[in-house]
Amino acid sequence: MTGIIEKSPAVTTDVPGPLPAATATRTVQIDSHAINFGPQHPAAHGVLRLVLEMDGEVVERADPHVGLLHRGTEKLIESRTYTQNTPYFDRLDYVSPMCMEHAFVQATEKLLSITPPERALWIRTLYDEITRILNHLLNITSFAMDVGALTPPLWGYEEREKLMEFYEAASGARLHANYYRHGGVSRDLPAGLTDKIWAWSEAFPAFIDDLWNLLTENRIWKQRTVDIGIMSAEQALAWGFTGPNLRASGVPWDLRKSQPYAMYEHVDFDVPIARNGDCYDRYLVRMIEMRQSVRIIRQCIEKMKPGPVKIEDRKFTPPRREEMKRSMEALIHHFKLYTEGFHVPAGATYTAVESPKGEFGVYLVSDGTNKPYRCKIRPTGFSHLQAIEVMSKGHMLADAVAIIGSIDLVFGEVDR
Amino acid sequence: MADLLAAPGPAALAVAITTSIAGVSRAGLEGGELVAHVSRDELLPVMVRLRDDPRFLCEQLVDLCGVDWPLRPERFDVVYNLLSVSLNHRIRVIVTTDETTPVPSVSGIWPCATWWEREAWDLYGVLFAGLADHRRILTDYGFEGHPLRKDFPLTGYVEVRYDEDRKQVIYEPVKLTQDFRDFQFLSPWEGMTTLPGDEKAHVTRLAASAGGAAEVAKP
Repeated sequence: MTGIIEKSPAVTTDVPGPLPAATATRTVQIDSHAINFGPQHPAAHGVLRLVLEMDGEVVERADPHVGLLHRGTEKLIESRTYTQNTPYFDRLDYVSPMCMEHAFVQATEKLLSITPPERALWIRTLYDEITRILNHLLNITSFAMDVGALTPPLWGYEEREKLMEFYEAASGARLHANYYRHGGVSRDLPAGLTDKIWAWSEAFPAFIDDLWNLLTENRIWKQRTVDIGIMSAEQALAWGFTGPNLRASGVPWDLRKSQPYAMYEHVDFDVPIARNGDCYDRYLVRMIEMRQSVRIIRQCIEKMKPGPVKIEDRKFTPPRREEMKRSMEALIHHFKLYTEGFHVPAGATYTAVESPKGEFGVYLVSDGTNKPYRCKIRPTGFSHLQAIEVMSKGHMLADAVAIIGSIDLVFGEVDR
Repeated sequence: MADLLAAPGPAALAVAITTSIAGVSRAGLEGGELVAHVSRDELLPVMVRLRDDPRFLCEQLVDLCGVDWPLRPERFDVVYNLLSVSLNHRIRVIVTTDETTPVPSVSGIWPCATWWEREAWDLYGVLFAGLADHRRILTDYGFEGHPLRKDFPLTGYVEVRYDEDRKQVIYEPVKLTQDFRDFQFLSPWEGMTTLPGDEKAHVTRLAASAGGAAEVAKP
């Protein structure tokens, strides 16, 4: 770094015309260089393209280029009915699909002024927490892989497989569930599923212990994550952090507690808060959240009572198949709901849920027709990714990888 | 009572916003959510007030987006969703603008606004005055147009494919084997007042009802 005499942006860029005399006489040697991290890089968690300006191996500037997975979801939503739109939400954050659906169906229900029956809300709470564990398992273990540990992902994927079987049993799909509906969930849980989930919830804490023992006191893991990418509480708030990333910086904020939805008021759980706001704390918060999720899952199963899982209003909920075979009225309702859909009263709402990554919100504007006028999706990772320059400045290149792993990015939702 | 003072309800907040902040044209509850309409020129002082005033304390700009209303004189709404973590409330701030008038950038108040504003520029073409980084963010490099405007077609204008002969990715005008079909679902009983072929009768009916209404109003 001895060669650096002057660093001026006017010199590094191509300025047309002759340089001013004062500048022309200087000797300029630039030591920094830019590297293009991604879009195809195993640690880029999808399609992140990160232009890094390096000084040797130290990151000086990080400029993330997003949008490589942009599919125009918000535009597509405007041309489809409300029922047709829920599958798009699975495809946003494809690691935690049901929580995305939850935000959208809640927003629509708010505009429609309908409340799903109690059992549907219990099922949603149960599956939100299953989703949270699914998401954290993938994030923690792939984060570990990013910094060089291969065992956690191999173990974690096995556990995820068990949870995806619960997804499949309820909705018929392992990933893109399309299970939540406006006014409830698409169908009741099959017989015996809650027993299976209960059995799993008894065995799973042992897995968390294993993972905890593997990583928490691991010397390499701590060297790679402690004091890396520190965000203070003020910084985290200003940069729009939510969810585990905000709690790792010491802000006690969880929408499940502060603005409860579904059945979160009726379950007992703790919200883990860390203090330092570094990569290690973000990991710790997620690990403890998984234990709390198991607690919530067990309470859901205990408190859930049999009952309807959709509101029995034929203007929103399609009739049962056997009913359709006999009743003309039911057939008409079915036809109308699957062609035209329901009309939503004009209005706007911003509804957010605590998705595993943070606050996932939907700003839904309805003009009284059967299609949303505007549906803005507030992704969680968008603001987390934006702060990567602040977090990685002055760190080594390898630390940038750890930071990307720790803020839990999925490009399906960042790019929409 | 102490609880009420500690955490004022959204209605009380709406009153506080309308009475104490200059530049708020109207604020109130819309569907149970607190919405404040703010004039564009006063946006920055209002936002600073909402962030720093101990009654509001909106530390977070959670979301910023545009909404397009092509029939209005100022066609774009820019919607700011603010969140107070310490007082646990949300405030939605709305300003209007058109294609050419810039909105003051709030990126100096909340640094995270930079990307949200870039997104609103990219998707709607809303200009932000004082935004340091005015690049597009979500669309392709070299994209033209603002796709979330209501007059932008759903299928877009260009499509991308890999050309085997030229060994490169090329852009071509979009070719649809079947025209995009957008079905009209408004029935004559709700919303659609004029049936196709019935326009003239509708005009006479309108005139008649307007005359009738005027006559009723007279005495």
